Amino acid sequence: MKYKVSIGLETHVQLKTRSKIWCGCPNRFGQPANTDICPVCLGYPGALPSLNREAVRLTVVTGLMLGSTINRRSKFDRKSYFYPDMPKNYQISQYDEPFCTGGHLNINVNGGSKRVEITRIHLEEDVGKSIHFEQSSGVDFNRAGTPLMEIVSEPELESPDEAFAYLTALKQVLLYGDISEGNLEEGNIRCDINCSLRPMDSDVLGSKIEIKNMNTFRGVHRSLVYEIKRQIGILDNGGVIQQETRRWDDDSGLTSIMRTKEHAHDYRYFPEPDLMPIVLTSEEIDAMRSAIPELPADRRNRFAVEYGLPEYDAGILTSDRDLADFYEAAAKISGNYKAVSNWIMTDMLHYLSEEGIGIDKIKITPEALAELVDLVVQNTINMPAAKKIFRILLESGGKPTAIMEDKGLAQISDSDSIDVFVEEALSSHPSSVADYRSGKKAALQFLVGQVMRLSKGKANPRAAMESLKRRLDSGDPGN
Amino acid sequence: METGTRQNTEHIDVSYVAHLARLHLADSEIQVFQKQLDHILQHVHMLTHLDVDHVEPTAHAMPVENAYREDDIRPCLSHDEVMDNAPNGRGGLFIVPKIIE
Repeated sequence: MKYKVSIGLETHVQLKTRSKIWCGCPNRFGQPANTDICPVCLGYPGALPSLNREAVRLTVVTGLMLGSTINRRSKFDRKSYFYPDMPKNYQISQYDEPFCTGGHLNINVNGGSKRVEITRIHLEEDVGKSIHFEQSSGVDFNRAGTPLMEIVSEPELESPDEAFAYLTALKQVLLYGDISEGNLEEGNIRCDINCSLRPMDSDVLGSKIEIKNMNTFRGVHRSLVYEIKRQIGILDNGGVIQQETRRWDDDSGLTSIMRTKEHAHDYRYFPEPDLMPIVLTSEEIDAMRSAIPELPADRRNRFAVEYGLPEYDAGILTSDRDLADFYEAAAKISGNYKAVSNWIMTDMLHYLSEEGIGIDKIKITPEALAELVDLVVQNTINMPAAKKIFRILLESGGKPTAIMEDKGLAQISDSDSIDVFVEEALSSHPSSVADYRSGKKAALQFLVGQVMRLSKGKANPRAAMESLKRRLDSGDPGN
Repeated sequence: METGTRQNTEHIDVSYVAHLARLHLADSEIQVFQKQLDHILQHVHMLTHLDVDHVEPTAHAMPVENAYREDDIRPCLSHDEVMDNAPNGRGGLFIVPKIIE
C-alpha cells in the first residue's frame, strides 16, 4: 500500500549568550567536567534562578525571523523530570505561554520550495551531560543551565529529504541572526523527531513514533529512511504501529525502542514560582524587529535581482552570512558584480574547502578583491598573473597593486615590447609559421604560448595574438 | 514539546502523585494525606462560588514582571567545593547509580 509520511521536528538550539540562563556561570563548551557550575546549576536548596535578558531577546528575534506572533505575556513553568542530569528534579520550561506562537520556514527541496509551519518557540534550560560506565554513570553539569530554545514544527514534512532541508534552512536562519554558534559537533542544535504513516486516502494521522536526541542532520535523514521503511513493513503485514519512543544508533543504522506510551511521563507542569512573568511592549518588540538581519531567502532573491547573478550563484553566496557580506562589500566597491562573484565562487571557495577554514579566517579583504578585479578589467594584469596574486592574497593578505609590483606581474601591453617577443617566437618556430600558413590555425595558439613563455607570463595575450596574426596573415614572418 | 496530562483539581489521587514524586508511602499514610488534601481542596473549592470572570489568573502574589539579569559572567564555585558534598566522584564527574533509559 502507499502511505503518506508526516514528520514533525522539535529542534533544540543552544543560544549564544555569554552566561547561562539562570546564573552568571559561563555558557561555553569544552571545559573540564563540573568547573562551570554554581549552586543554581546544581539545584541547591534555596538557590534561585534569575532570567538572562539576552536569552529572551534571542528567542524573540528568532520568532521575528520566522514570522511568529510574539506573545506580549509569557511565563515559565516547571516540568517534573526525574533523571540524574537534572538535580532539581524539574526542568524550567514554558508550557502554555511561550514567547512565540506560529511562524513558518521556507525550505528548498528537490528543486522546489515549500513553506513549513512552525507551531511555537519556547525557552528552557539545558540539562547536564551523563556518561555511562559499566557499573555506574557519571554526570557533568557544565551544560546544565545553558539557554535552550525549542522550535516545534507542524508535522508537515513528508520525507527524510524535507526534514534535512528544514534543518539546513533553520540553521542558516539561526546563523544569520547570530542566535546560536550552530556547531553540531558541540551539540548546539539537537532534535527530536516525530514520524507517523497513514494510508494515502486517510485524513487521520497514524500513531506517532518519536526518535529522541538526534545530533546530526545526516543522522536525522538516515534514521527517518530506516524508520519509514520499518513502519511500512509492519503496516503492509497487517500490523499496528504502537506509539513509542525510539533511539537511533548511528553505528548500526537502526532505531530501537526506549519506552512505550504506557510509561509516558506525566510532567505535571505548573507555573514556576521562582520566576516572574515576562511582558514585552510593542516598542521593545519593534526595536528587536528593526535589528533583525535580512533573511537568507530574501538575500538570495535580492542578489539575483540587484547584482544580476544566476540563481545558483546567489544561492551559494548567501548560504553563509559572512560570505554574503564579503561578496556584497567587494561587489559594491568594484561594480563588476559577476567578476567578483566568479572569483569567490571558484578560487576562494576552493581555497576555503582545501584549507578547511571558514570565511572569517580568510586573509583577503573585500577591498583587495575589488582592486584585483579592477586590475584585470583595466588590462594591467592578465589572468594567470591575477590568479597568482589572488593566491597570495588568500594566503597572506596584502594589496594587489603592491604584490603586482613586488613580483613584477604587471602585464606588458605596449606593442613595441610585445613585438620583440613576437618576433623571437616566430623566428624560433618556423615550422609553426608554415603550419599556420598552410591552414593549421591551431598553430597560432602555440605561438601565443611561446610569446607568453618568453615574456615570463607578462604579455597581454590578446595583444600578442593580434600582433602574431598581423604578421602571419600579411606574409611578413619577421625573419 | 510533550504535554503532560493535567489532573482535575476536584480530587488528588495521593498514591498516583506519590508514585510520580518517587515517594514511598504506607497505606496508612496515603489515607491520612488523602483526607487532608481533600479538606484543603474543599476549602479552595469555595472560590467557585465567587464571580472571578474579570480576574486574571495569576501564579504570583507579587505584581512584579520582567525581573531580568544582564548577560554578565560571575564567578562559579571551585571544582573542589562542588565535589565536596558528592558521595561519589571520579574523574571530575558525579558518580551515580547506572542510568537506564
